[in-house]
Amino acid sequence: MKPVVWLILKRTGAGLITIFVISLIIFVGVELLPGDVAETVLGQNATEETVEAFRKALKLDLPPHVRYLVWLSDFVRGDFGKSLANGREVSGLIGWRFANTLFLAAATAVVAIPLSVVLGMMAAFYRSTLFDKAISITTLSFISFPEFFIAYILIAVFSVQYNWFPSMAGVNDGMTLGARLYAIVLPALTLTCVVTAHMMRQTRAAIINVLASAYIEMAELKGIRKLRIIMLHAFPNSLSPVINVIALNLAYLVVGVVIVEVVFVYPGLGQLLVDSVSKRDIPVVQASGLIFASAYIFLNLLADVLSMLANPRLRRSRAS
Amino acid sequence: MLNLIAKSPLSARIGLCIVVFNIVVAIFAPLVAPYPETQVVGDVWEGMSGEFPLGTDHLGRDLLSRLIFGARNTIALAFITTMLSFLSGTALGFVAAVKGGWIDHLFSRIIDIVMAFPTLIFALMILSVLGSSLPILVVTIAVLDSTRVYRLARAVAMDIGVMDFVEVARLRGEGLWWIMRREILPNAMPSLVAEFGLRFCFVFLFIASLSFLGLGLQPPLADWGGMVRENAGAITFGIFVPLIPAAAIAFLTVGVNLIVDWFLHLASGLRN
Amino acid sequence: MKPENLLEIRNLFIEGFYENRWNTIVHDISLDLKRGEVLGLIGESGAGKSTIGLAAMGYTRQGCRLASGSIKLDGMELFDAPEERLRSVRGAKIAYVAQSAAASFNPSHRIIHQYAEGPVRHGIMDYAQAARNAVKIYDRLFLPNPEKIGFRYPHELSGGQLQRAMVAMAMSCEPDIIVFDEPTTALDVTTQIEVLASVKEITEKMNKAALYITHDLAVVAQVAHRIMVLRHGRLVEEGETRRLIKKPKEKYTRDLLSVRTLSEDRSGADKTDVVLEVRDVCATYNGADNVLEDIDLTVRRGRTVALVGESGSGKSTLARVITGLLPATRGTISFLGQPLSPDLKRRDKENLRRLQMIYQMPDTALNPKQRVGTVIGRPLEFYFGIRGKEAEKRIRDLLARIELEPAKYIDRLTTELSGGEKQRICIARALAAQPDFIVCDEVTSALDQLVAEGILSLLQGLQRETSISYLFITHDLATVKAIADKIVIMLEGRIIEQGEKTEVLTPPHHEYTDKLLASVPVMDPDWLDNLLEKRASTYLSN
Repeated sequence: MKPVVWLILKRTGAGLITIFVISLIIFVGVELLPGDVAETVLGQNATEETVEAFRKALKLDLPPHVRYLVWLSDFVRGDFGKSLANGREVSGLIGWRFANTLFLAAATAVVAIPLSVVLGMMAAFYRSTLFDKAISITTLSFISFPEFFIAYILIAVFSVQYNWFPSMAGVNDGMTLGARLYAIVLPALTLTCVVTAHMMRQTRAAIINVLASAYIEMAELKGIRKLRIIMLHAFPNSLSPVINVIALNLAYLVVGVVIVEVVFVYPGLGQLLVDSVSKRDIPVVQASGLIFASAYIFLNLLADVLSMLANPRLRRSRAS
Repeated sequence: MLNLIAKSPLSARIGLCIVVFNIVVAIFAPLVAPYPETQVVGDVWEGMSGEFPLGTDHLGRDLLSRLIFGARNTIALAFITTMLSFLSGTALGFVAAVKGGWIDHLFSRIIDIVMAFPTLIFALMILSVLGSSLPILVVTIAVLDSTRVYRLARAVAMDIGVMDFVEVARLRGEGLWWIMRREILPNAMPSLVAEFGLRFCFVFLFIASLSFLGLGLQPPLADWGGMVRENAGAITFGIFVPLIPAAAIAFLTVGVNLIVDWFLHLASGLRN
Repeated sequence: MKPENLLEIRNLFIEGFYENRWNTIVHDISLDLKRGEVLGLIGESGAGKSTIGLAAMGYTRQGCRLASGSIKLDGMELFDAPEERLRSVRGAKIAYVAQSAAASFNPSHRIIHQYAEGPVRHGIMDYAQAARNAVKIYDRLFLPNPEKIGFRYPHELSGGQLQRAMVAMAMSCEPDIIVFDEPTTALDVTTQIEVLASVKEITEKMNKAALYITHDLAVVAQVAHRIMVLRHGRLVEEGETRRLIKKPKEKYTRDLLSVRTLSEDRSGADKTDVVLEVRDVCATYNGADNVLEDIDLTVRRGRTVALVGESGSGKSTLARVITGLLPATRGTISFLGQPLSPDLKRRDKENLRRLQMIYQMPDTALNPKQRVGTVIGRPLEFYFGIRGKEAEKRIRDLLARIELEPAKYIDRLTTELSGGEKQRICIARALAAQPDFIVCDEVTSALDQLVAEGILSLLQGLQRETSISYLFITHDLATVKAIADKIVIMLEGRIIEQGEKTEVLTPPHHEYTDKLLASVPVMDPDWLDNLLEKRASTYLSN
């Protein structure tokens, strides 16, 4: 078997094990936390009956290994338990919200990825020029600003001042694609600013690194045109680190989405999570936390795998 | 030290001024602020005036004073948390790098698992169960963040550890403490200082975000993230009050990042 | 009308940007190169030879610029020429062979693809024709499997093969001049021969002109018609090869030539006591394959044992085994009559003190944050508990012994010093422990030849004074001839020959020793030709 295939399998295995361990922590870890969970969560409402009911709802009355097995069998059947806040099925709450979050993240990614790669490449080639310095200052600012700052500025300008876009991104089932896209312009723009800033900086660094290689100098000394050097020599060798950068930032996107959903009151999984945390609605928190964590782990795994595939030395070596 | 500042570029000096300004305000908060932290002194969302230089907030408290006290609360909290995270992460990272073997493997596997969790999600989950008291907040964030510090400290220590002069010390018979403290640490400083700055920015923004979500410092304490949350409603009326504490957050973070950039530049120069 | 000179450089000044301003690094260099002529540029590091070689192509590296002067290639002015003109001559009329082939090939493209890129992009021929030419020249340069080798990727070729592939690539557009920039410096002597033969093939049989850049006078003497000696960016001396070698005019040239003649009569009583004895030692990195097998070695007091081998021979590994960094899996090591634990961590302080090691790269062997006084003082403190005034006195004594003025050096940061000075500090650090035995791991390999000479004579002087024993690891036979009492030759983890110096150096030898000795360039311009002829005739007669 080619060494690169073997590496990928190992890495995927490691990813799956990590998700398993994480799920273990999420569902069983509640037990390990100090103090009595039921009493802490219920606070002032902690009477004998409510504590008992709470324990039953979270299945805390069962021993840990049994609890995990029960949860696992439920999970596989798509049953995440019931929300403590309103008694509804958690799976029902999560499904469409997760879709909304993915929609927002995807819309952002579609804009942010090409933008950062192009800007990063340009900044690397025109290094130390005014263009590069201007970009550097802009991206430094964006990575220093909290997401809600950018969000509120955008709202202040485009929503309040000019009324071009809605300040609350409400979407529902009946909407067309166009209407949905219109609703999420501001949140997507906020996310794009932050993610692009991070990605662009890292892309620029990766490409500068490649441009300093001896084989780039060699190509110049062979009399090859600059454009060809960039496209055929620098680019293929930058693919691996740049893909790595992109995938890692997508992982970051997963988390950044939460704040933006709250600011724009967008009905996604992030907003649900935050609401449930304030309400101490543990089953919902567990389920949405697991989904976010899995997405994050999956994207990190994708980053590693793609970067292995794009690495010319790894891809082309024969099994010895 | 002064030598170092003399050789620094303009951007780093601007950053230094920003940071020092914030620290001074934070330390001397009670002396600098015109009004007490939680006292209602005027009407809701009054505009900027001689009496209230930045206007008032959603309860009628002076925004400037709240901002000053907020500096103290938020910066102090972020700083303590970062110190905790940094010291533990660095110590563990160095030990893993120098000792190697099963210790390195064990630490790294545990850290990998903790790191696999996105920080915000993990923090939210822990806070939902344990509530948001100050110590819980600090410890949770410090533990989660120390994993990143561990990664970097270990990488830096390994880079330095393969140099011959570290082997010379080993051959001499020097112990773990000597090698870490006298051979590795002095050479790791620029990278570590840069990392401290980066971690501070992250922790600072993170605490602000948690407060913004209502899960950080609880009212009536002044804290920049919480202030944004409290006054968010003003935006729809065209009153841009929430932008002020948000801008303060951005301002400090930019300052720290400018200094960090400079240190990263120094660190990479040393490697060449 | 064709100009007389193919390359004509007049009054060239090149500047480099450091310490926040432009400094002149090449001063007023003029040179001529005719068709079919090979000009050797020789000098130590920092002489500016690479810079000049690149300038002949109108190219400067980052941080350098052509300040003034004229560079005419076949009548065409390259100084301040527009980008298009420069691009059109590079690769097509003048080509470059870099020092490191591994770094200069794009890891993502096949070898033949990179060969064909030049001629195709310059519009000289199409891909099919270029590919056919590639096979022809791979064959001429003695690359194995010339039809198939082009389809490999760079990481699939060995160092010597890759270097020749780079020479082939330089030939792809049939340029008039090739600039060889230290092409064999990173290779073993036995591999070097192959590449030198390729260079000769190109310059003599295919009548190409060349600039051959190197620091090794014996190597350049084999291929160049004329030699220019450079130092600190200035011309020291220039002349026809044979004349320069026989009758050098300048002292610096004479010094460079005399480098390989340092030697000493080392015969004498071999009855001193045994300091280090290694018996039946085997070692491995991964638990499966042995990197060292059946090593038997003895070092006596006050004597130098030279451990010789090429890359992969295991000589550095043996040093690690002796010092305890890599525990031996079998066999014994005894030091001063007592058995020595194979693992460093179990040895006691006295043994650690009496067995010291000096490294190849003084830059990485010294902590950049420590001052000279601290570096030398630590062993005094650690082993003898000496501090304060007493320590300072000893440190000054040691500095004097290594021929560095104490007052000037004791407070300096090691990063401020030159390579030779740093290595001396490393020696002083080892001496501070008052050892009986020092492992010298390629201690002169990274230094310029003249500086290396100084270090060698310093080490010899110290040995005469204090009867220290050395295990001197090296790949350079000239050094061995100069300082060794005993020679041990290693190949692929085994000792294939060992004995007194004169014994090992006179025939009959083991086959590999023969090959090794024969591969060392001698300061005779005909040496390479003779060697290649001998090889060809033995090949034909077999």
